[in-house]
Amino acid sequence: MTTKSEIKQKEIKQLTYQDFVPENEVKWCPGCGDYSILAQVQRVLPELGIEKEKFVCVSGIGCSSRFPYYMNTYGFHGIHGRAAAIATGLKVSRPELSIWVATGDGDMMSIGGNHFIHACRKNIDLNILLFNNRIYGLTKGQYSPTSRKGMVTKTSPYGVVDHPFKPIALAIGSGATFVARTIDREPKHMQEMIKKAGAHKGLSFVEIYQNCVIFNDGEFNHLTDKNTRDDNLLVLEHKKPMLFGKEKDKGIKLVDFKPIVIDLNKKENSIDDVLIHDETDEIPMRAMMLACMAEDSNLPTPIGVFRRVYKSTYDGDVHLQLQEVNKKYGKGDLQKLLTSGNTWEIK
Amino acid sequence: MAKEIKKLESVTVRFAGDSGDGMQLTGARFGDTTALSGKDIATLPDYPSEIRAPAGTTSGVSGFQLNFSSQAIDSPGDQVDVLVAMNPAAVKVNIKDLKKNAIIIVNQDAFDVKNLKLAGYEKNPLEDDSLSAFKVIPVPVTTLTKNALEDSGLSPKEIVRCKNFFALGLMFWLYSESLIPTIKWLEEKFEKQPEIKEANIKVLKAGYNFGDNTRLFTERYKIEPAKLEPGVYRNVSGNEATALGCVTASLLSNTPLFLGSYPITPASEILQYLSKYKNYGVITFQAEDEIAGITSAIGAAFGGSLAVTTTSGPGLALKTEAIGLAVMTELPLVIIDVQRGGPSTGLPTKTEDSDLLQAVYGRNGEAPVVVLCASSPKDCFYMTIEAFRIAVKYMTPVILLTDGYIANGSEPFKIPNVDDLPKIEVKFLEEGREFYPYMRNANLARPWVKPGTPGLEHRIGGLEKSHIFGNVSYDSENHDFMCKLRAEKVASVQKDIPDLEVLYEQEGKLLVLGWGGTYGAIYHAVEKARKVGMKVSQAHLNFINPFPSNLGNVLSKFKKILIPEVNLGQLARIIRSEYLIKPIQFNKVRGLPLKSFEIQSKILEILSEENNDNQK
Repeated sequence: MTTKSEIKQKEIKQLTYQDFVPENEVKWCPGCGDYSILAQVQRVLPELGIEKEKFVCVSGIGCSSRFPYYMNTYGFHGIHGRAAAIATGLKVSRPELSIWVATGDGDMMSIGGNHFIHACRKNIDLNILLFNNRIYGLTKGQYSPTSRKGMVTKTSPYGVVDHPFKPIALAIGSGATFVARTIDREPKHMQEMIKKAGAHKGLSFVEIYQNCVIFNDGEFNHLTDKNTRDDNLLVLEHKKPMLFGKEKDKGIKLVDFKPIVIDLNKKENSIDDVLIHDETDEIPMRAMMLACMAEDSNLPTPIGVFRRVYKSTYDGDVHLQLQEVNKKYGKGDLQKLLTSGNTWEIK
Repeated sequence: MAKEIKKLESVTVRFAGDSGDGMQLTGARFGDTTALSGKDIATLPDYPSEIRAPAGTTSGVSGFQLNFSSQAIDSPGDQVDVLVAMNPAAVKVNIKDLKKNAIIIVNQDAFDVKNLKLAGYEKNPLEDDSLSAFKVIPVPVTTLTKNALEDSGLSPKEIVRCKNFFALGLMFWLYSESLIPTIKWLEEKFEKQPEIKEANIKVLKAGYNFGDNTRLFTERYKIEPAKLEPGVYRNVSGNEATALGCVTASLLSNTPLFLGSYPITPASEILQYLSKYKNYGVITFQAEDEIAGITSAIGAAFGGSLAVTTTSGPGLALKTEAIGLAVMTELPLVIIDVQRGGPSTGLPTKTEDSDLLQAVYGRNGEAPVVVLCASSPKDCFYMTIEAFRIAVKYMTPVILLTDGYIANGSEPFKIPNVDDLPKIEVKFLEEGREFYPYMRNANLARPWVKPGTPGLEHRIGGLEKSHIFGNVSYDSENHDFMCKLRAEKVASVQKDIPDLEVLYEQEGKLLVLGWGGTYGAIYHAVEKARKVGMKVSQAHLNFINPFPSNLGNVLSKFKKILIPEVNLGQLARIIRSEYLIKPIQFNKVRGLPLKSFEIQSKILEILSEENNDNQK
């Protein structure tokens, strides 16, 4: 005899990639990195053991934010920058839902910056996928808060003057409990990151380097081109030394609190000098150091899980408090509430 | 010597002092006691936006006005019969509002050189004849408080802080009110600080006994209980009534309440009250900003909660884009705007009714929403419930306008029997073979589907959607159709709201038409005008968009329409454009409610012009 929960389990297991593909046409530009993100999410969600109807995709505005229309789940396409706040209201009122926020560097790092940092701070159990292409795509090519200094765009014909945000550092600094980075051209790695984000209880933030073929093509070539990839990409693995290079012969060493690259082929360097990655380290110093490496041309760009720690979630605590107050005072009686305070009777 | 007790019908009292003198608390205690002893009351707190403005200056004066009566009343009174002034600045600021022969009870001790100078007095007004139009009763409140607490063991600072209870005790004596409710209140409030509790009770009694023993007062007064409808009553402020309305709507609809809000004066209290009601299933989310306040509520509405956001004018401006999103996604959402003086930061603690056009029109695109307003503190309770009823029935955002005056003001509220309140029907769609997110029922409402419902997965958002199917659509004919459909849906709420009632003659020379918090002032103005033989009727709007269906007909029955407003003519503008008539305006934006005698003068002016015209 199978129990009800077993039947449910079976149903969940039967979900496939196809279950998440809607009938309507996907309308991103041919060759856009967003297609890869969509495909990896559609591949991973069936594996999370969650009923299909419990998934909700929420977004703001921008190319990335069309995402909910392309997922055959419940979806909410919000207004510019507000995805995290919309998702927060949904999650706090319906904690059993699995909520996936699709957003971009303009949507979440610029107009939605405030909602992002507060969602991180409160550790709301959301999964935020940041499609970072370092450009405003849907408005056709203006620089974004993650555009590199000096980048020439439609609104920076003489080069971007701003200093860019480091989204990973911002997330860690704001208190996010799961912070990772991946690349559109690394499907397997992306699947792993999405899977881990989905499994994490608390705010999960995944920055995805995503190529915009039209307005910022080749932005991440040094990380995706097979000739340069291995020398520029540091794939973080929990409890493993930070090694990179085709032959895994380069490592990251900490000297005077600064990361430097050491060549393990040289006699004076040993594997024991290489930093060991610990994504569960409560102290965010090392994760913060890794978060700043992408901007340094002398250092490789890390991808993988930067930080994964446990902290109680806002949505969980809200409902815990509801239960506690209920236990303490009993279920509210409306007539009593209306009649509370000083009352008098007129006959 | 027992003093004569004189019966009065109604009295307007104002407590005034430094913003640190506890005047709001003193006024509230006095109000609660008079209400408890059966008077009808209306209150008007008036305080500066600084928490502790420079002590002793006129800018730091905080006041609490209260009208209590043996008759039914709806306004805190135009002019003050008794002023309790804790310092010279309080006299200076309030003198313009006093009736001739009004009593001024002053704390004589505060009239020293320093305070007189801070208030801008060159001479002590107690010593010249500048207050000769009034009955000034100087009482050394500080000294008497110190004397009473000589042996209390409290610090000098703590002792002086009790002086408002001396003044309160004296006022209770003067109006023959009981000390018991205040003593009970002190016992609860300072349960854990027995020495503070004892000191305040002692000072309260000292003030009361002082009245009996001093020769300063030759008479005292009594107001008989008002003949209100039978029932159990409590005193409520508009904000409290709004919060209670939210909880009630949640229970009547059997749907959990979600409030997303950011603190803003004068609306924060609603968030404060609701955050206490956790055992009623209420979730309050204090958001990072106004926009997150409303967008989190939209998220919760999508999730199947009874969602609400509370704010004041500047916050409503920030929520504008999100209200459009709720219009487009056709989700039920209540937006409560406790209006205050604008534009910009304006007058945060002062009342004004100047967000009407913002509420009705202030959005990009064709974005109709239902707009309601409450006309008194207790009316906030019923209009809040009404806002939710319409929101869920028509799947639409509803804006409810209250204002600083009715939000902070209080009045007796007849407690309804919960079982007598009509249920609010909420039906979530749970299955459907042929389901589309923009299918519509007879009310033109689309189905409300909770995420988590198997088989009904769908996407909604701010982009235009195709009729019925709900796919993103840029089709020009579809957009034209959908804009008209959304407008039609909101307009159709008209069939579901009560007709506008006209008080007194149903046709004639003059109708005074009001909306929102001006009800009490207009009611009294019309009543007084009629007492002296003027033929004038009154009608008051609770529904602004859509208007009641008989409004056009009502307007056509009167030769002239007077619209008094605490703005520069916003309702008048809408009435002009909707009904092509030219109402007469009466507008004051002083951060205060309208005064009924001013409206009365305007009525007189219009009617005498009318008579002159007829004679010509």
